[in-house]
Amino acid sequence: MSILIVGELINTSRKAIKPAVENKDAEAIKKVAKDQDEAGAHYIDVNCGTQVFNEEETMKWLVDTVQEATKKPLCIDSPNPKAIEVGLENHKNGQPMINSITDEKERYETILPLVLKYKAKVIALCMDDTGMPETADDRIKVVDSLVPKLLDAGVPADDIYLDPLVKPVSTGDTAGLEVLDTVKYIKEKYPEVHCTCGMSNISYGLPNRKVLNWVFMIQTMTVGMDSYIFNPLDKNLMGLLYASQATLGMDQFCMQYLTAHRNGLYEE
Amino acid sequence: MANFEELSNAVIAGNEAKVKELTQKAIDEGVEAIDIINEGLIPGMTVVGTRFKAGEMFVPEVLMSARAMQGGMELVKPLIADTDMPSAGTVVLGTVKGDLHDIGKNLVGMMMESAGFKVINMGVDVSAEKFVEAVKEHKPQVVALSALLTTTMLAMKDVIELLKEEGLRDDVKVLVGGAPVSQDFADEIGADGYAPDAASATDLVKSLLG
Repeated sequence: MSILIVGELINTSRKAIKPAVENKDAEAIKKVAKDQDEAGAHYIDVNCGTQVFNEEETMKWLVDTVQEATKKPLCIDSPNPKAIEVGLENHKNGQPMINSITDEKERYETILPLVLKYKAKVIALCMDDTGMPETADDRIKVVDSLVPKLLDAGVPADDIYLDPLVKPVSTGDTAGLEVLDTVKYIKEKYPEVHCTCGMSNISYGLPNRKVLNWVFMIQTMTVGMDSYIFNPLDKNLMGLLYASQATLGMDQFCMQYLTAHRNGLYEE
Repeated sequence: MANFEELSNAVIAGNEAKVKELTQKAIDEGVEAIDIINEGLIPGMTVVGTRFKAGEMFVPEVLMSARAMQGGMELVKPLIADTDMPSAGTVVLGTVKGDLHDIGKNLVGMMMESAGFKVINMGVDVSAEKFVEAVKEHKPQVVALSALLTTTMLAMKDVIELLKEEGLRDDVKVLVGGAPVSQDFADEIGADGYAPDAASATDLVKSLLG
């Protein structure tokens, strides 16, 4: 058992990616895909949501382009179900991942058929029609609704990745704790189901954001978070991830840690 | 003569107890409530906004300052008739239909309120129809729209279109913001302005109405 890493860099909301996508600069996109693959990402996230006027067409181009550079499976990421379907239709290598389903009625009903049809892994956000969660209890309520529903619909537990939704600690002192308590609950009640998140929201509005992100990765991993959506090119982050995996008993004979060391990850 | 600088500094420090104490002291000394707001509380919050924008102050500090300012406002408000309440203008604010994100929008609301605007916070998942109703009811100078999802960004355009249909577009300035929103997008949908953060949004409103 080790941590599943989803490389987040191919996203048109990022300044470096937007022009590359708009100019159909395949080489630039392929490089970012390949770099993330080589850095250890298990999935490559693909998101072109900001191209609101031609997202579906852009999604096809992106998926095709990324698959020319890597054999890693893709995480098809969009708020738009049509763009997700286009991504899935064109997905070739391994089991695709969908980012994301939620317990909002409309979202659930449009995404579930895609999860089943393409036998995809799916990131499930802990939110419903009542809004974004504040407390651990808000999140747990969604978990207890969403997980049994997905399992009943035939989605294997191993394909479900619950995202508790990380909110800034700058606007709520217990924002980190609410997530940790949610993960503990999920691991206790649904041990076969996975937990994932992006950490960067935790540090919104504060200085030295990286430090907070790193610490929060280790804290969440300690309570059972077993997947992250982040920038795998961040060597500090990857170094801490492998070290943390080893000390949490998730790295047999410390092989991943040592491989990372031999690959020069810890060199300055 | 009240010490407005000390009051401003207490707002900047986010010291709610001190702001309340100094505000009460000024009231007891017979200082006009409106002067307490305009000379003490708002100037403090203006400094907070400037420092926040410059990266010298951070979100939790802004929240503490806003809370401190509110502590003072609660003491002076009962002394002012509603019609005499100084207002830099009225802003109708909300997250557009289909979108449930509220953190950024609430920061914007808080900063604008602290700068002396009357803010009608409509919450999240607000339809174009509801925005139009609010414009008719509150007669704001500004409508500020938030969206955090690329799929809901286009709902901002719906609000602008409906304002046009209802003949209200020229009565208000429309501001847009949120992570996926850009100046280009604002121009494309015919908004009057875009701001990347809460302090810039407040400055933008001031300049649009200035």
